[in-house]
Amino acid sequence: MVHTIIDTANHIAAYAAKAARVKVVAAYPITPQTTVVEKIAEFVESGEMDAEYIRVESEHSAMAACVGAEAAGVRTFTATSAHGLALMHEVLHWAAGSRLPIVMSVINRAMGAPWSIWPDFSDSLSQRDTGWIQFYCSDNQEVFDTIIQAYKVCEDKRVLLPAMICSEGFILSHTFMPVIVPEQEEIDDFLPPYDPGWILDIENPLSHANLVSPEWYMEFRYMIQQAMENAKKLIVEVDREYGRRFGFEHGGLIEKYQCEDADLILVTMGTMGSEAKISVNNLRKEGLKVGLARVRVFRPFPKEEIRKLAENTQMLTTIDRHVSFGFEGFLATEVKASLYSREKGMADPPLVAGFLAGLGGRDVTYRDIEEIAKKSWKWMEEGKVKEEIVWWNLRE
Amino acid sequence: MEKLEVKIPKSRKDLPITPLSIPVIGSIGKTGDWRTFKPVIDYSKCTRCLWCWIYCPEGVITREEDDTPRIDYEYCKGCGICAEVCPLKAIEMVREK
Repeated sequence: MVHTIIDTANHIAAYAAKAARVKVVAAYPITPQTTVVEKIAEFVESGEMDAEYIRVESEHSAMAACVGAEAAGVRTFTATSAHGLALMHEVLHWAAGSRLPIVMSVINRAMGAPWSIWPDFSDSLSQRDTGWIQFYCSDNQEVFDTIIQAYKVCEDKRVLLPAMICSEGFILSHTFMPVIVPEQEEIDDFLPPYDPGWILDIENPLSHANLVSPEWYMEFRYMIQQAMENAKKLIVEVDREYGRRFGFEHGGLIEKYQCEDADLILVTMGTMGSEAKISVNNLRKEGLKVGLARVRVFRPFPKEEIRKLAENTQMLTTIDRHVSFGFEGFLATEVKASLYSREKGMADPPLVAGFLAGLGGRDVTYRDIEEIAKKSWKWMEEGKVKEEIVWWNLRE
Repeated sequence: MEKLEVKIPKSRKDLPITPLSIPVIGSIGKTGDWRTFKPVIDYSKCTRCLWCWIYCPEGVITREEDDTPRIDYEYCKGCGICAEVCPLKAIEMVREK
């Protein structure tokens, strides 16, 4: 049995935290995340959710409280955006290094200055190297499903890492969509209670994250890398199992749409990945064999899948809602790095073009994506990427 | 969780997933060697108020049945906090020879 909720992605995230039977939520409000934690506060206040709600004075403290609670052996949740996430930065490292599977909604918002409340990925992508798994959602259903899935992946003994569930502010956060939610017993069956890897216990006192000499530090970092590799397999398995049980599968690490015979594949993340499906349909009507690969998980990065896509296509065009200043879009970098061969003379690698679009919440419509694809198509036919980075719709 | 034991790792396989420490006396040796000044309690002045016991940051002052404080000189680093807080000035810091 399932039921339908029609609500915003932020409220849906709160419903997912409740359905996951989260025991501690520590949060500080920030636009556009606020309604996630407001809804959870309502759930806790009304008794619908059996959780401790800790109101803190900053995001740094919110994450620190989550670290403490998770170390005490309970499932925790929090949510933030942009500068709130930046303020958490230090503690994000402590959470991952301590191998605490905290799940956090990141409601993507562009970083200031200049001040912005609208979406892009500059907040979460700035946290790329913290050791957190990063999921990027394309609709409200995926937000719900991914939060449930993330606990299952992160709490697995082969992983034990925290995860960010990213969804773009306003485009999803404040937009109503129908979401199909399984019954609580079915979710409980899919997601059993948290069984921690280690625990703070007053009967057996211990301290964690202590000083480690250069003799052993690298080995602890290596174990995080191994956990990320394990997560790659597990994310796919868990997504498949969720799909089998509840009917929704989101592509595992990377959602592929019309890629089999595509000459050109668009690679993007988040809501641009659902918008682009309309573009692909339209372009195919015009006879252009275009496909779409929506990177659902940015860390661990699905490099094997990218390599596989590259085998049978002429060109990969990345569309990034973020720029790494002084270089290029993150997807452009990761895609090209994935393709670089360890063997000499990789036969005929596809061209890669990098587009930057939608920074600071500028709308990226299916028409924009069609034009991006057509511009790339022309370069593909000419056998040369004419501009190394294209700032799409940049004003004169 | 299973009870932790102190282990000296020989290889990566011996490591926990994250460094976990359990309290062990003298895990980094006899820290009393670090001392320059030694706190000496004058028990004729001491009223057993236990401020020294509460304030000792190393937990090396123990409390006997009748509340008499005893300093464990094997681990006392000689920081002097006990002498500083003693309301009776019953603790003297004596230079080690």
